[in-house]
Amino acid sequence: MTSPASTDRVPPQLSAGPRPAPGPAADEGLARRLRALACTAPIHDLDARKANLAGEYSVYGMAEIALAAIDLVTLNMDFDTGADHDQIVARLIPRIAAQAPGRQAEEHERVARWVLENLINVGSVDRGFRAVYGTFTPDGTYVRRDYDFKLIEEVPGYGGTVYLRTTDEAVNVLVGALDTDVTSAQIAAEVKLEVLVRRGRLADAQLAAEQARYRTVQYSETLRRALEATRRNVRAVDWLNAVPDMIAEALDHVADRYRHENAILTNIRRARDEIEDAENKRRAAELVDIVKDCIRRHTQLQARLLEAGPLFRAEQDRQAFATPMTSSGTDLYGHLVAPLLPLPLEQAVRVTDAFFARGTGLRTPASVRVGDLVDLLLTPPVERENLGAEMPEPDLIATPDDSRFSEEQLAAARELLDLPADAPRRLSGLLAEARGRDPELPYLVALLAVHAASPAVGTAYRQGEEKLLFAVDDGTELDDPEFGGADLIVGMAMLDAAGMAADRTEAA
Amino acid sequence: MTEHVDRSEPEAAAPASAVVTPADAADAARLVSFGLQPRLQPARDQEYADLLRRYREDPPFARLADAVATGLGLIVLEVSPRAGMAVTAAEDSVFAVRMGEYARRTSADSGDRFLHGLAHLAVAAMAFPRPEDLADDGYIGRVSVNGVDAFVRQACRRLEERAEQQGENTDPATDAPGLEAAWRIWARRSAAGATKDARRLAGSTTGIVGKAVAFLTDSGFLQRTGDDSGGTYRTTARYQLQVRDMAGSAALAELLELGVVPVTDGRPTLLPPEESDALELVADAGLPFHS
Repeated sequence: MTSPASTDRVPPQLSAGPRPAPGPAADEGLARRLRALACTAPIHDLDARKANLAGEYSVYGMAEIALAAIDLVTLNMDFDTGADHDQIVARLIPRIAAQAPGRQAEEHERVARWVLENLINVGSVDRGFRAVYGTFTPDGTYVRRDYDFKLIEEVPGYGGTVYLRTTDEAVNVLVGALDTDVTSAQIAAEVKLEVLVRRGRLADAQLAAEQARYRTVQYSETLRRALEATRRNVRAVDWLNAVPDMIAEALDHVADRYRHENAILTNIRRARDEIEDAENKRRAAELVDIVKDCIRRHTQLQARLLEAGPLFRAEQDRQAFATPMTSSGTDLYGHLVAPLLPLPLEQAVRVTDAFFARGTGLRTPASVRVGDLVDLLLTPPVERENLGAEMPEPDLIATPDDSRFSEEQLAAARELLDLPADAPRRLSGLLAEARGRDPELPYLVALLAVHAASPAVGTAYRQGEEKLLFAVDDGTELDDPEFGGADLIVGMAMLDAAGMAADRTEAA
Repeated sequence: MTEHVDRSEPEAAAPASAVVTPADAADAARLVSFGLQPRLQPARDQEYADLLRRYREDPPFARLADAVATGLGLIVLEVSPRAGMAVTAAEDSVFAVRMGEYARRTSADSGDRFLHGLAHLAVAAMAFPRPEDLADDGYIGRVSVNGVDAFVRQACRRLEERAEQQGENTDPATDAPGLEAAWRIWARRSAAGATKDARRLAGSTTGIVGKAVAFLTDSGFLQRTGDDSGGTYRTTARYQLQVRDMAGSAALAELLELGVVPVTDGRPTLLPPEESDALELVADAGLPFHS
């Protein structure tokens, strides 16, 4: 923050000697320069205050980081939103890391956030800066004035997010003297760029190209504001002359710049390919990127310009062609808001107070009876049951038995497969025998046999079973009217239950 | 619960009800108590709807209900099926909302006090952009938090540009903050701010507008319709009545007392009067055509 000046009033200097400034007219230029100077103060301030931070931060060039941050935010400002906070921090980190490569990444990020937060001036309620300067009024009195400005401001984005935008002041600090006519300044920059590229002075050309890009962003910003105003209120924007002129001008501008920048692009590409010097080659490549970005921004601007007409017509339908009403009431904007805003604060606040007092409706006051209060305070807290609420008895419904095979069929299949350990059988034989007993039985037998091809040895071992059904494929094909596949050899393996039990106890 | 008189034959009951019974008084007070719940809709409550009908069909009962409301320090704006028993607090009533209770900082800082007041005024101006919108009972206004902020900022910006064109130095004198132009206070305050818990920064202008619309929603004046652009809302009949009959005229009277006479010829214009020299609208054209 810039330091607050003392608020002592200097007495009027009417008669004594030559006055330092002859009047408000001459003073105005001084005031403008003072304000411009004030805009740089927060950036100098960063370097002055870095010593106060906990930790050794003097290695960092804070002013450099701050200007880089303003650059990044300006270049990442989109037509609709602004730059993303975290993205800016992430892009700042390489520069910060280069300033102090030995330090930890967390520290670099902390520095980035500190600089960005100070440029927003998070600590103040306005999130802005204030500088004090003095001027002479027309009657010769010296008055100290507050100049409020912001460098990076936070704007609401889609879905409640917050984006960053650089203010006009910041852009002025950054590239200087931008409060000229945007279009003509743009043309000047382009011409300069073209000349510089042709002469092969790439360092200067890059500067000019970057300036051109700032101007492009500024141009979009102007247009965005006008379109936004139209969406709110068709009549607030002059759609007879000013806006159509501006749109026509902007469309011309886009067409012109597009042609121009493509020409420059071709020029630089040639320069890039012909240049021998590695440094210049790199610079030319950077230039190509910048000009490409300019073209992208122009395209975006053009898309918006084409939407402007339909937007106006739709808003006009909505706002102007509704059924006219004969009765006239208070025009809240024209009668209240518009005359109110230019008033001094102490008068304006009386009007807003009057509106607030009668415009907010009513609130039923919360009142407590003393009796209730005593009861409320003396009631012991409800003890919570350890076991919680009683579980309701579940209402069980018997599910219908939809098994394919009955218990008897399973028993029959088990009996059939309960083979002697020394006499394994072919699946085909088992199937034929099963078919003789029950036409459904072969399916169950086949199923059990297939399962036995991968016997559950582990389970049998753990459960201490004495025998285990197994099936082996020896390559013989199954010849059966209902089933296909391998004619498995199904047998029963005897397991050493006692030995397994001994193993288990040992293992345990 | 009160005993209800038979309302099926109001005509027959009317001559007899020259004498006010305690039951009538209880019903009248009940109707007023419904009016004190601004978010309650008559269509959703049979008893409320019945009492409203009785108010309209039974003039002595209506006078009784009005008297109850007045005695409680309330002003009856309208009694109708759409708005219900629309009552609002008289200036010194216990039901009145005080700025100091609404937002604590406002008692110390007149800048904040102004911002909160202007937020309410701007919400109303945005909800009823043209005079006929305020006059038309069927009109439903729509506002969004970011829209209100942008709308005020745009107005401030035009004033800033105008001051610049006239070479006026609008920077306020350091020792007289009360003389700072009102628009600068809003323009100076940031529109949004990042907070640790991703909520709206209370001191930012969108935070201030957000508080206003949330409060108006609690007053039954707005209904939330969506989350776009910081929250979108539509107006209720009560809000229109409140702004038209109470707030608008009160603020206008205050403005006139300050010697500021907003001159308009009654045409529906949203154009700020100070720009009319440059952009003279043709009256009743309904289009931004210029003479």
